[in-house]
Amino acid sequence: MIRLPAPLLVWLLMFLALAGKLHAQQAEGGRAVLVKALLSEDQDEQIQLIQQLVRLRDPLVERGLAAWRQSEVFLLERDGGRVPVVLDVQLDADGKARAIQLLNGEFLKDGSGAELRFAAAELTGAENTSKLRRAIKATMDLYALSDPNEKIRRDAAIKLGQEQNPDYLTVFADRLKEEVSLEVKDALTEAIALTRAADADPTVRIPAIQQLGEMRSINGVGYLQELEAKAKAEPSKYGAETLNAAHTAVVQIQSYQAWGNLLGTAFRGLSLAAVLLVAALGLAITFGLMGVINMAHGEIMMVGAYTAYVVQNVFKSWFGGSGGGFDLYFLFALAVSFVVAGGVGLALERGVIRFLYKRPLESLLATWGVSLLLQQLFRHIFGAANVQVTSPGWLSGSFVFNDVLFAYNRVFVIAFACFIVVATWLLLTRTSLGLQVRAVMQNRAMASCVGVRTDRINMFTFAFGSGLAGMAGACLSQIGNVGPSLGQNYIVDCFMIVVLGGVGSLFGTVFASLGVGITDQILQPWLGAVLGKITVLAAVILFLQWRPAGIFPTRGRSLEG
Amino acid sequence: MLRSFSRTEAWLLLLAAVVGFGVLPALNTFVSPDSFFHVSTFSLSIWGKYLCYAVLALGVNLLWGYTGLLSLGQCLFFSLGGYCLGMYLMLMIGNLGQYKADIPDFMVFLEFPKRFPETGGLPPHWIPFRNFWFAAAAVIWVPALVALSFGYLAFRSRIKGVYFSILSQALTYAASLMFFRNDFTFGGNNGLTDFKFILGYDLNSPSTKRALFICAVALLLGVYMFCRWLTSTKFGLIQRAIRDSENRVLFSGYATAQFKLFVFVLAAVICALGGALFVPLVGIINPSEMAPDKSLEAVVWCAVGGRGALVGPVLGAIGVNSLKSYATHAFAEQWPYILGALFVFVTLFMPKGIVGLPEQWRTFRRGKKTKPEDAPTSTPSTAAKPAAE
Repeated sequence: MIRLPAPLLVWLLMFLALAGKLHAQQAEGGRAVLVKALLSEDQDEQIQLIQQLVRLRDPLVERGLAAWRQSEVFLLERDGGRVPVVLDVQLDADGKARAIQLLNGEFLKDGSGAELRFAAAELTGAENTSKLRRAIKATMDLYALSDPNEKIRRDAAIKLGQEQNPDYLTVFADRLKEEVSLEVKDALTEAIALTRAADADPTVRIPAIQQLGEMRSINGVGYLQELEAKAKAEPSKYGAETLNAAHTAVVQIQSYQAWGNLLGTAFRGLSLAAVLLVAALGLAITFGLMGVINMAHGEIMMVGAYTAYVVQNVFKSWFGGSGGGFDLYFLFALAVSFVVAGGVGLALERGVIRFLYKRPLESLLATWGVSLLLQQLFRHIFGAANVQVTSPGWLSGSFVFNDVLFAYNRVFVIAFACFIVVATWLLLTRTSLGLQVRAVMQNRAMASCVGVRTDRINMFTFAFGSGLAGMAGACLSQIGNVGPSLGQNYIVDCFMIVVLGGVGSLFGTVFASLGVGITDQILQPWLGAVLGKITVLAAVILFLQWRPAGIFPTRGRSLEG
Repeated sequence: MLRSFSRTEAWLLLLAAVVGFGVLPALNTFVSPDSFFHVSTFSLSIWGKYLCYAVLALGVNLLWGYTGLLSLGQCLFFSLGGYCLGMYLMLMIGNLGQYKADIPDFMVFLEFPKRFPETGGLPPHWIPFRNFWFAAAAVIWVPALVALSFGYLAFRSRIKGVYFSILSQALTYAASLMFFRNDFTFGGNNGLTDFKFILGYDLNSPSTKRALFICAVALLLGVYMFCRWLTSTKFGLIQRAIRDSENRVLFSGYATAQFKLFVFVLAAVICALGGALFVPLVGIINPSEMAPDKSLEAVVWCAVGGRGALVGPVLGAIGVNSLKSYATHAFAEQWPYILGALFVFVTLFMPKGIVGLPEQWRTFRRGKKTKPEDAPTSTPSTAAKPAAE
């Protein structure tokens, strides 16, 4: 809960007293006030009436105001007087519509009771000067404060607070009493404090400034900085106390902002690192451990992503497009894409790669050919355009902490990256299968001599690496677009990460993706996305000057290794 | 130098020169367009383009086939050469562009006059490219400088094998990202195009096209003969020794890094020359030419034709590209399947490419007589070079 400083409480009580008066006006009805405003000849009175309407919300009034602003309210001469109407949305065959009376919301009828119809083009709208339009807009903005949508209410409170218009204070206070959402309440309190911080009276101003500081009001920092500068320039007008309060508040908010920025950059960097790690981990196995340059790695990720798409469609036809059953699809998709991509990897290993273990440069060419084939195949089956993969309910949306947005899908990717790294590590170091894998990778001939079936192990390792790539693809389907060129976007990055980390080192891959991800996010605000990426690539090339075998080089006695 | 050529090769070269310099241009000039033997100006430019690609393939081959360095970034040098000459051609448009301005069109709509007010919108580094000879020199020294700095860094830290391939691919990827940017002053993703004149001659006239074709033939023959000469010297021997076992060469007292650096720079210049001639022939250069897959394609030409033999890459480049032109017309959808399958097939079953087929056939025949169980699928592993020791 926010502690309200004493002056604010007093001030709120004042408004509670005012509320009684408001009810009396409500009785008169917003519609009547609107009609009165429309018929009035005096602009000042009109503006005053429009402002009164703020407290007299009513759908018809809202509609009337919106129409008035666009000159779509018509004053019809009836029985000697003028009747303000808006036209119905529904048009008949002649392009005419019924007229809705703003006073009571009924259709306008002639003497015999038949509904009258008018064409908008034949009528002239009620006069609206720019001053009137501005007043109408202000009133309608204030209406947004009581919109049923929480986000619209909050945005309206923030926007209106920025205007620092003391006339709004009463409205803010009214809303604050009725508001249920904590976030909107915060926004309203902030708007009140921000408006009062512009007050000429220092006894009102200073507590409000202090409150803004304590609230860590990011929306208020611009004004506070301005105020601090003005107070410094004209100490006589503002006084030392205001200057001090403003300075303290600005420092408070800025240090909070710096924290938020740091947290945001760290999160974005971590999430990019997780994406890269998930994408590169399969390659760390096939390339890092086996030494096979699999240029089709990206396409195996694509296979995984499309598998997720297919599983999604199957679940959609079973359970419909949302709800509990559908939401489970993603877990199945992860498993299925592991199996499918692993199968593709197995076929690739048996069909092509096993002939090329001794010719790594040529495995690069052959697998590039395979990547072309796979891309074109998927383009044929699913079309060249991107396909739509809907996130399950528990992965869409986000939460806000310290004014930093944490998207659930990003958080999931980070968790997933941790999970598969640990799982892979356990598999490689804690199982006899892992032992055999490592033995074959270190010295194929020797492992074969002591009875390891190297052919089987090769097959398994490659299929496992491909399966990981497939899961990565399913994961990426929740973050980016799924299309035939999905793999191409990641392949250069993946290879760079494995090389940077040190070929054959799982932890090297983890560190390298962390390094690249975070560096990229730190550089991006200064250099932009493309220059940032280029800088990272250049930095990796230069880093390899210093450590040619990556962060964690594999130690061995082989001269060529 | 002449001794580098065998008798047959010399005759074939002579034949190629007669066809390239004499017969084809003559068929284009003197035979009436209705005749069956007429070679249209359009097909002459297409063939000129293939010849430029063949030069690029020779560059790749000098690195991969003879030195064992698989560079996946040779198209970067090809495009750099192209851009250098393209800048000259761009400035020669004068005020005949869409905007009738003194600066190239893209500079007008990217609002360069605001960025570079003191030169009227032309970025300062473009100014010397008004001179043809400066541009021609830049075709050589700009790619050479890039290759020198990248090669120096790579070979000094003894980056080799697949790491070298991956790094060179990253280099060309980064460069293409850079050239795609509009504010990099090289036309962004539209690149440089709409050329009008070269050395005062109209680029669209048949005679200029003919001359450019003859230049392409001359360049290809020149580069071919140079490569043949270079590979037959002692230098070429060391090159091949590095390819087959770098450590042994190193331990015999040769500074392999410097040899490799020299070959890398040389290959970059060869590719750049091909790129420079490519631009006036095709009329456009844009950053997609330096995208990683273009370089990979150039490697395929080499592999298909047969690396390690000079005529292989030329055959591969011309063959694959004419197949591509035909296939993208006849069945565009299936072309990636064909290219992909070609890749897999060639690496698995034709490790020496088209050039190596006769030898493969002989081994196959001999093997059948002596060892019937030696199936053709095992050819790659028997033909593979010995495993890394």
